[in-house]
Amino acid sequence: MANPPFEMTADDLDAMAIGAWILGTGGGGDPYFSVLEAREHMARGLRARVIDPLSLADDALVACVGQMGAPLVKQERLIDGPVLASTIPMMEEHIGRKFEAVMLWEIGGNNGFQAVLAGMLLDLPVVDCDAMGRAFPQADMTTFSICGLPAHPWTMVDLRRNRIIFAEAENWAWMERMTRQLCTVIGSTAATCKAPRTGAEVKSSTCLYTLSQALRIGRTVQAARREHRNAVAAVVAGEGGLTLFKGTIVDAMRRTTEGWLRGTIEIDGVEDDQGHRMRIAFQNEFVVAWRDGNVAATVPDLICLMDSTSGDAIGTETVRYGQRVTVVALPAPPILTSERGLRKVGPRCFGYDLDFKSVFAERVG
Amino acid sequence: MRIGIDVGGTNTDAVIIDGETVRHAVKRATTADVLGGIEAALGDVIAEAGVPPSALSAVMIGTTHFTNAVVQRSQLSRVAAVRIGLPAAATLPPFVDWPPDLRELVRGPVFMVRGGYEIDGRALVPFDRNGLREAARAIAGSGVTAVGVSSVFSPLNPDLEQEAAEILSEICPGIAITLSHELGRIGLLPRENVTLLNAALHQMARDTVAAFVEALRRVGTSAPLFITQNDGTVVLADEAVRFPVRSFASGPTNSLRGASLLSGLDDAMVIDVGGTTADIGTLVRGFPREANNVVHIGGVRTLFRMPDLLSVGLGGGTLCDPADPKSIGPRSVGFDLQRRARVFGGPDLTVTDIAVAAKLIDLGDQGRVASLDKSYVEGALAQIRTIIATAVDRMKTSAAEVPLIVVGGGAFLVPDRLPGISKVVEVPNAAVANAVGAAMAQVSGEVDQVFSGMERARALDAATEQARANAVRSGALEHSIRLVEVEDIPLSYLPGNSMRVRARVVGSVSM
Repeated sequence: MANPPFEMTADDLDAMAIGAWILGTGGGGDPYFSVLEAREHMARGLRARVIDPLSLADDALVACVGQMGAPLVKQERLIDGPVLASTIPMMEEHIGRKFEAVMLWEIGGNNGFQAVLAGMLLDLPVVDCDAMGRAFPQADMTTFSICGLPAHPWTMVDLRRNRIIFAEAENWAWMERMTRQLCTVIGSTAATCKAPRTGAEVKSSTCLYTLSQALRIGRTVQAARREHRNAVAAVVAGEGGLTLFKGTIVDAMRRTTEGWLRGTIEIDGVEDDQGHRMRIAFQNEFVVAWRDGNVAATVPDLICLMDSTSGDAIGTETVRYGQRVTVVALPAPPILTSERGLRKVGPRCFGYDLDFKSVFAERVG
Repeated sequence: MRIGIDVGGTNTDAVIIDGETVRHAVKRATTADVLGGIEAALGDVIAEAGVPPSALSAVMIGTTHFTNAVVQRSQLSRVAAVRIGLPAAATLPPFVDWPPDLRELVRGPVFMVRGGYEIDGRALVPFDRNGLREAARAIAGSGVTAVGVSSVFSPLNPDLEQEAAEILSEICPGIAITLSHELGRIGLLPRENVTLLNAALHQMARDTVAAFVEALRRVGTSAPLFITQNDGTVVLADEAVRFPVRSFASGPTNSLRGASLLSGLDDAMVIDVGGTTADIGTLVRGFPREANNVVHIGGVRTLFRMPDLLSVGLGGGTLCDPADPKSIGPRSVGFDLQRRARVFGGPDLTVTDIAVAAKLIDLGDQGRVASLDKSYVEGALAQIRTIIATAVDRMKTSAAEVPLIVVGGGAFLVPDRLPGISKVVEVPNAAVANAVGAAMAQVSGEVDQVFSGMERARALDAATEQARANAVRSGALEHSIRLVEVEDIPLSYLPGNSMRVRARVVGSVSM
């Protein structure tokens, strides 16, 4: 049975921002200014309607939108909902069909809000699902890629009305490669409408209910803060997560290689972890965590870095020396940890010759 | 010899420092006009110490006035906003995330024109000069006296903001102009917010600093006047008039810096126990450790780095429940302690009364707390210590034992021994630590820029050199300058070797 549709409130926007930033596992960008924009639209009477994926007809056509590029550029140029939303009619024109709903490309960080903004501006319902269940750095690291769905066509719009259609791509890796190049050309930030999906594809090949999950996590954090409880512990309890480590950032090393923000952070333990050290490698998002040199967690399990006091997520761009942090693992959607999922999003896809062993393995087993 | 002054909401403290020794300290009431309080404190500290005004090499003033103006929504000017950046960010105009009451007070005419840069230095779109001239003419006709100018990627290339300033000063003669690249780093909205706050404070800053200058003139000193800033450094008064927002956090910063100077410790925790709260911070290499989180000033999101403080509701005026020794605070009689505490003849049982009953301090009329049950006093005292110990522990970042420096009027409440603390350090002149911190402040130079097409080491060197030059411009002695922070963030997704480098140096002021 499908859940009834609901309309997001201004409070829901704040809750979703907190939750989505945590699910971003260090990437996806701070949702702050997209929340602001959504709030402005809401004040003008636009509505953010959310529907259950299971309520979609099999032949319904669903747009999938997201902003790609460097989070740092977005901090300066921001993202304009109307520009992002304009990728959708452009796609409709290209394929000669109208969309009935819009879905999230990636729930993590700021990207989930792009579908919400587009839905508000075009009066389309937003489907409660996404193609990552978290954030990942590449287009070929999605459930659509895992399920072998076509990667094309894409539309891409720049705020100067440079408009690009990627009519066909051999596969997701090629689509990633081509769009990344063009994205850099137009300023390292680009609004995109990804390959259109049918209702049947959405129901079978996405991470379901991740928008609701972000809302739930956000509300958990808000409630804990209100009641002066430990927000990090509340999220761990509420989401069936694990606290991996608690400590202080003692080093944050970042470098750009092959167009990604790669690097490592080092955390000195406090309290129960006193005398131990955690090292986490990232490629835009956190990829592998080692405790005293031993692998403690890897993708696709969600490795989340949280401010120990406030429960806010900390991004790979903003993590810095001296921050007091808690490293938390949250379970990944099953499709990511499946055998075919691991071929696209397992540790080896990030260059680590490691077998994925979920920190939740015993529990699941 | 130099003088440090802390102009707080209630008291104006002044100290004379000779080398690193506090020669004399006074505490006077802050006056509504600021001038009277400073003149009294400054005049008295000089007279009582017997120091001729000509012997002073510098006067350094720390004040919470600018923050208070924003927090209390008082003395702010209405300002115009100009943003160069269309077609980007069209849906989020200047002032968009301000609290409504503050926005109503400050928001004047708002203009967005086409222009700005890409992260790789190319123009976003051609700059709309005519649009800017039109905006300037409208601003000239609007009667506002200040304008804030922001531009997309101006920290990378400030020339459009500079050109806008030329056009604005030509068309709007005498208008006070704040340019965002002078105040901020990457992050358009918070940088713009700070720019507009700064513009809104321009008249108030001018008046306040003029009062400082007048106070110095009246006591007959021609020593240079410095104003302390968020990061524990000072700038010359003229510079402070241009950038009042940089002085927002000088209160807690001066308290931490003062604790460092008074104790001789560079790495320690500090607890400042006042009338209403105890504020705990951490010194790293003599400077406050900064907060993790985004800093809001009066509800406005900013990019400031502020000292990381934990405030707990425990001070000399904190109320105790006579029926339950475990129930202490967070309510407080605040500055009314002298009327409301029992030992001063008042009706309320405060933490100060407990301290007097426990003979931690001799204040007021001890007889008025003699009837308190001994086990109640012990229980309350244990609870006070638990509150302090818990708060100190929460601010600790490593398991290693660290010293804790105690300052503020309520220092007597801090026990001699605390878990995780190697030593509780009491210091002389603890009640005027803020003024001492102001007196010992240094000057800084900062750079935050994107460097492209050079090796990492060369970029770091270039940034450090620019920071040094900035410090010298602010009055630092060249040989005393040291690098306190340098960090680089490679810019992801960018071709070439682009990185954002931030460097900060500090140096001593010439005496």
